[in-house]
Amino acid sequence: MIYKANIRPAWVVLVLLMLFTLAFTLVKTSDSSPSKTVQPEQEKPTKIDLTKFKNAAENENCLKCHGQSKYTYENPESKKTVTKRMYTELVLDRNVFYISNHREFKCTDCHSEEYGTFPHAGNLRMEAKANCIDCHGGDEKYAKFKFEQIESEFQASVHSEKHSEDFTCWMCHNAHTYKINARTNENLKETITYDNLICLNCHGDVKNYQLLTNKTKPNILQKHEWLPNQASHFTNVRCIECHAKNEDTLVVAHHVVSKSQAVRKCESCHSKNSILYASLYKYKVSEKIQKEGIIMGLLTGDATSIGPDKSNTLNIISLVIFGFTILVIIIHAVFRVKKLN
Amino acid sequence: MNHHTEPLYLYPIWIRIWHMTNALLCLILIITGLSIQFSNPETVVKFNAAVSAHNVAGIILTISYAAFFIGNLFTPNGASYVIPVKGFLIRLKKQFIYYTVGIFQRKDPPFPVTEESKFNPLQQVTYVVLMYGFVPFVILSGWGLLYPEITVNSFIGFSGLDLTDLLHITAGFSISIIMCVHVYFCTIGKKPLSNFKSMINGYHESH
Repeated sequence: MIYKANIRPAWVVLVLLMLFTLAFTLVKTSDSSPSKTVQPEQEKPTKIDLTKFKNAAENENCLKCHGQSKYTYENPESKKTVTKRMYTELVLDRNVFYISNHREFKCTDCHSEEYGTFPHAGNLRMEAKANCIDCHGGDEKYAKFKFEQIESEFQASVHSEKHSEDFTCWMCHNAHTYKINARTNENLKETITYDNLICLNCHGDVKNYQLLTNKTKPNILQKHEWLPNQASHFTNVRCIECHAKNEDTLVVAHHVVSKSQAVRKCESCHSKNSILYASLYKYKVSEKIQKEGIIMGLLTGDATSIGPDKSNTLNIISLVIFGFTILVIIIHAVFRVKKLN
Repeated sequence: MNHHTEPLYLYPIWIRIWHMTNALLCLILIITGLSIQFSNPETVVKFNAAVSAHNVAGIILTISYAAFFIGNLFTPNGASYVIPVKGFLIRLKKQFIYYTVGIFQRKDPPFPVTEESKFNPLQQVTYVVLMYGFVPFVILSGWGLLYPEITVNSFIGFSGLDLTDLLHITAGFSISIIMCVHVYFCTIGKKPLSNFKSMINGYHESH
């Protein structure tokens, strides 16, 4: 029997396309993780082993009231036990504090010892909050984080300029909950979200925004309407990449500039000397490449940006292939012309 | 050998229109694709302009490919893309030897163009790989990049978008190479420009 292959390739491709669509749908449905159901707000029990922290027992004196949304005391006049709500701003979640960078501290390292008495004296409210540089300035142990540079960048930023001393480190970094992220988190997307949420805390929430101004809060989605694939940009790029002056280092850019100076040109990121490769991405990509080699490092990383060519090796390979093709064509053409004449 | 003295009407109008559109779109896509890939603030085609042009050309290419695809499912033209399996490698070798040796000895082509078979074996295999391999692939991956949210997030540990990007560029590059060779091979006709004329008036002039 003679086998006659007379099926048009178009039919084969059509079948393959249908199979691809099917496989794609299956992968896509298993890919999208079920959305987290929002739990009704309830006090989370402490999951952290408090005995591991040397100051935890002493801190409990404060956290027994400030550790949750309600506190109880005995009224010495009426001899009654009173339960009241704690102001949200004064609540400190143990689960967050004991994984933060400052977890080993005791409350009175930064707060007055006088808080030991209840009710707290009224003048204690006027206590100045310590800023980052107050402890970290000039400390050799923290030299690599360049707190002095951060401080001077911050002083030059639009935040300091417009709001003077009202705008402190605390606006973005709460010393009770701060946890180093960019250098330690392997998941780039998480770092991006973490950093962007800092900005959105005010720029996405009018109540916090208007703590420093009476102006109406600009609508971020509308202001960025010009940006193609907006959702993709927002989840893959940090606000500060375009809105702050980036130095060629991982030091998080604190020199936030006014909107007129923000990056608006596509080429600033989508080009060979992309500003994105100055800080976070450079750090992440070079770390990946060191760990997994050039090809795997580039392919398995999350640092996607369409356009700028990240691999010089692939450039060279494609140039060689192209050059070889042209060379063969030229040789063939020369011989043809020679023989035909 | 069967020599045709009369020009052969080989390329119906729809094929010629499709071919023209396809050629133009491929040129635009290669130029804009290169300027996106190697973009820098000084390039002639600005990144945002290049991206817009690339997207529009890609969408039109999808439509034009669909026309080609449907045309080849249902018109006699599709038969040219059916490769008879029996003795194919031998015929392929014959054609290869013609291009590398025979052509310089002024031999006649082993598979002259006829109404029944307008492609030689080498053309057949190239066109099938190109039109049913690379082109649909580059279109699909292109749509995946146009709507990043539809692209799978990760594929066996690879970032889905990066992988799609790399494969899209590789397929696009392969198509560009094939196009260079295709244009050069078109100069191998009765006269160097004969085949280009054929794609305008539809008539093929034999050697």
